[in-house]
Amino acid sequence: MYDDPTDPQRHLRDFIVTNFYIPDGQPLDEVTSFLDAGIIDSTGVLELVAHVESRYGITIADHELIPSNFDSIGALARFIQRKRGSDGGSNDRLAR
Amino acid sequence: MTGWRVDVGFAGGEAEAEVARIAAALRDTVLGRLRRRGAVVALSGGIDSSVVAALCVRAFGADRVLGLFMNEAESAPDTARLARGVAERLAIATTDEPIAPILEAVGCYARRDAAIHTVIPRYRAGWQCKLVLPCVLDGERLRLFSIVVQSPDGEQIVARLPHAVYLQVVAATSFKQRVRKMLEYYHADRLHYAVAGTPNRLEYDQGFFVKNGDGAADVKPIAHLYKTQVYQLADLLGIPDEIRARPPTTDTYSLPQTQEEFFFSLPYDQMDACLLARDHGIPPALVAEALGLTPDQVARVYRDIDAKRAAARYLHAPPLLIDPLGIPGGWGP
Repeated sequence: MYDDPTDPQRHLRDFIVTNFYIPDGQPLDEVTSFLDAGIIDSTGVLELVAHVESRYGITIADHELIPSNFDSIGALARFIQRKRGSDGGSNDRLAR
Repeated sequence: MTGWRVDVGFAGGEAEAEVARIAAALRDTVLGRLRRRGAVVALSGGIDSSVVAALCVRAFGADRVLGLFMNEAESAPDTARLARGVAERLAIATTDEPIAPILEAVGCYARRDAAIHTVIPRYRAGWQCKLVLPCVLDGERLRLFSIVVQSPDGEQIVARLPHAVYLQVVAATSFKQRVRKMLEYYHADRLHYAVAGTPNRLEYDQGFFVKNGDGAADVKPIAHLYKTQVYQLADLLGIPDEIRARPPTTDTYSLPQTQEEFFFSLPYDQMDACLLARDHGIPPALVAEALGLTPDQVARVYRDIDAKRAAARYLHAPPLLIDPLGIPGGWGP
């Protein structure tokens, strides 16, 4: 699978659907709140953070661990794009 | 709605009446429904286990309560002395069950330390550690666990825990609560007693326990009581001053750690008030005014309460059957 480096949304959605339980009928669009919808709990957030750091080659600082960066596919994709623009996160992990 | 008064504790003679009500309920539950003839209580030197032991003495008499001391290598230095003081005050039989050898044999410390070593390579046996969470009052940060380790000469290192490491640290540490429960049931079976669990309402409601560890018991006499109320009963039941003055601790990790910093983020009286207010639909602004917090802080505490309740559903769930059996007599799910 190859991600569009400018838009990680498709990969993030695949990761969420594969690793967390999405009940039948539960919408999962780019603005669905992971926490409000009960899709990801606090342990799940740890898993998501570790995955994003590893896959996108970025290091996430404590002060960046806020819901506005992590609580939906759209928010997280935009955060990743900003980070990769600012710290030059590597692209070589994307062609998995 | 204008103004809200924090009113968690018992008034007037309510505390004495509650002691009598719990003692009667314990007799009915343990002797009548469970058909056991007394109670085993693990004594930690904390307020909750002390009050549960005293309530069991009221219910069954001192000669039908066994207190267990189950210290391990990382227990706080005053745990054993305080627990013994309660047992002496209550005049109950006690048994020493040091659990460090069992924990060593099962790999509790080694498995935990191996996990920590992967994120802090300098960490080794002899260092101390604890898990910490950002305070829920300090802004909108997601609450992810970090580990704090301290070398024998006092140097501290803090590191955020990756998912797999966090899970292994918690899984290994939970041996402590599960080994204790195994020994409580050994003595309960030996004496034909029931195991009395010691969670208060905050712990029970918010899932501050280990499933099949300290979460397991035959009866939980104070699970309906706010911590404020537990302190009131402690006063009434003659629990020693030193225990009533001690901040609630986890006594689980080798570095000192209060329950407030590990789990609740608020002193117990404020946490009681927020839980009560959350369940009565009190707007955050009124609670904030009463507690000296900001409305945003109370709103974050409310969200944290809801998130912990959601996580606690797994902890409270009994083994689930595909087809409920509907057994006559009613113990099946």
